Amino acid sequence: MTRDERKLSAVPGWLWAFLALALAAQVALHSTGPRLRAAPSELPPPPAPGVLRLASFGEPAAAVRLAMLYLQSFDQRAGNDIPYRDLDYGRLIGWLRAIVDTDPRSAYPLFAATRIYAENPDPRKARAMLEFIYREFLKDPNRRWRWLAHAALLAKYRLHDLPLALRYANAIDRLTTRRDVPLWARQMRIFILEDMNEIEAAKVILGGLLASGKIKDPAELRFLKRHLEELEARQAGSNGAPKGR
Amino acid sequence: MPAAAIARFVLLEARRSGLPWLVAASVAAGLGLAAFLSQVAVTESVALQTAIVATLLRACAVFLVAFQVITSTQREHDDKGLELMLSLPLSRHVYYLGRLAGFAACGAAVSICFALPLLLWSPPQAVLLWALSLCAETAMVAAAAMFFSVVLVQLVPAAAATAGLYLLARSIAAIQAIAGGPLVEPSLPQRLARWSVDAVALLLPRLDAVTRSDWLIYGPPGLGHYAMAIAALAVYALVLVAAGLFDFHRRNL
Repeated sequence: MTRDERKLSAVPGWLWAFLALALAAQVALHSTGPRLRAAPSELPPPPAPGVLRLASFGEPAAAVRLAMLYLQSFDQRAGNDIPYRDLDYGRLIGWLRAIVDTDPRSAYPLFAATRIYAENPDPRKARAMLEFIYREFLKDPNRRWRWLAHAALLAKYRLHDLPLALRYANAIDRLTTRRDVPLWARQMRIFILEDMNEIEAAKVILGGLLASGKIKDPAELRFLKRHLEELEARQAGSNGAPKGR
Repeated sequence: MPAAAIARFVLLEARRSGLPWLVAASVAAGLGLAAFLSQVAVTESVALQTAIVATLLRACAVFLVAFQVITSTQREHDDKGLELMLSLPLSRHVYYLGRLAGFAACGAAVSICFALPLLLWSPPQAVLLWALSLCAETAMVAAAAMFFSVVLVQLVPAAAATAGLYLLARSIAAIQAIAGGPLVEPSLPQRLARWSVDAVALLLPRLDAVTRSDWLIYGPPGLGHYAMAIAALAVYALVLVAAGLFDFHRRNL
């Protein structure tokens, strides 16, 4: 691939200056303009069934993961005191449902639902997300039990709703049939009724998941480790808080 | 063997037209994208990188091969190379098939180059099946691009028709699913629409069933399913070759 070219000196001086000025103007404009951020109110209505599949052009595995990154961008600002506070959870759940339906084998939407969106301090929103996780668990209990296990913990320690936590724990016990579902997951009921604080419970679950080899992804390991550290820091900050009910 | 010589010249032309640089740039862009994605994902980072890079490289392979075929055929037409070749003791079908074999070989080389980076994240068996499928897909796309280039002659219509066929073939299964969804009202216009979609689907290859990135994430498909998908692609390529040869033989040159 060769071209017959003249020397650089053949280009007139004004053209050099024009090119440099145009380039500088582009860089200046771009660097001073406001940075595009997705506001929570801008989350569009979820796509109708099949539309996400249509938009994937036959590559659902790639499309759902891109869609999750897109969802993640809403209200995930640095320094945001209460993340996802203003997000419309009706729409968010619609999006997550469409994503799960497009590629039911992807763990991303249920991971985000459990570990990110269900931890919303607004109990109404957290409860809606937990119910979404429960309904999705019912469709494939043997693969989705780990998210409902965490949902049971959230119901107990965040919503302080023991009957709800027990309902989730019982569902795991009743509906999982595969042999590789660990015993501690099937015995979540006992675990929920035990008197331990949130960090101890989270550590037991995380340790159990790591021991079972269910978590291998480096990004997920990083995220869970950071999450545990945040829990510990929060508990250190509120020393003297009553132990789990 | 004249067909082999023609195929070799097609490959030589591809090598000299900068295609290797575009392949290298695509691989570099894919690896850069993967590095970026590994930082923004909170879970399934490996699956995310695999899926997005495989999808990007698949699209790049198809785009590069289709444009290589269309521009090369256009150049052959404009430079009167076609007339020169046909003035030699060479039948039209040998010329057509020789060029198509060259483009298919070019597509195979591009597919192998694009499969290699995927070994970073996926098991070799899955990557091998994905690469073979991409070879078949690019060969089919080359046949489609050559057919449209010969029939439509002009660059833009040929490129638009190839892209249209490809995108429609990738999404026709989803369109059929939407048309036949359980919530759709069972009226006569709806039934007509569904039959029309089904009729269009009969004339298209099932590109949504081949070279899928989920083979690299969740494991390769069953061999029977895989062989059926590739065979269907081969049959469609044969239809395009037959149609292209038919039109090429009819033309007054």
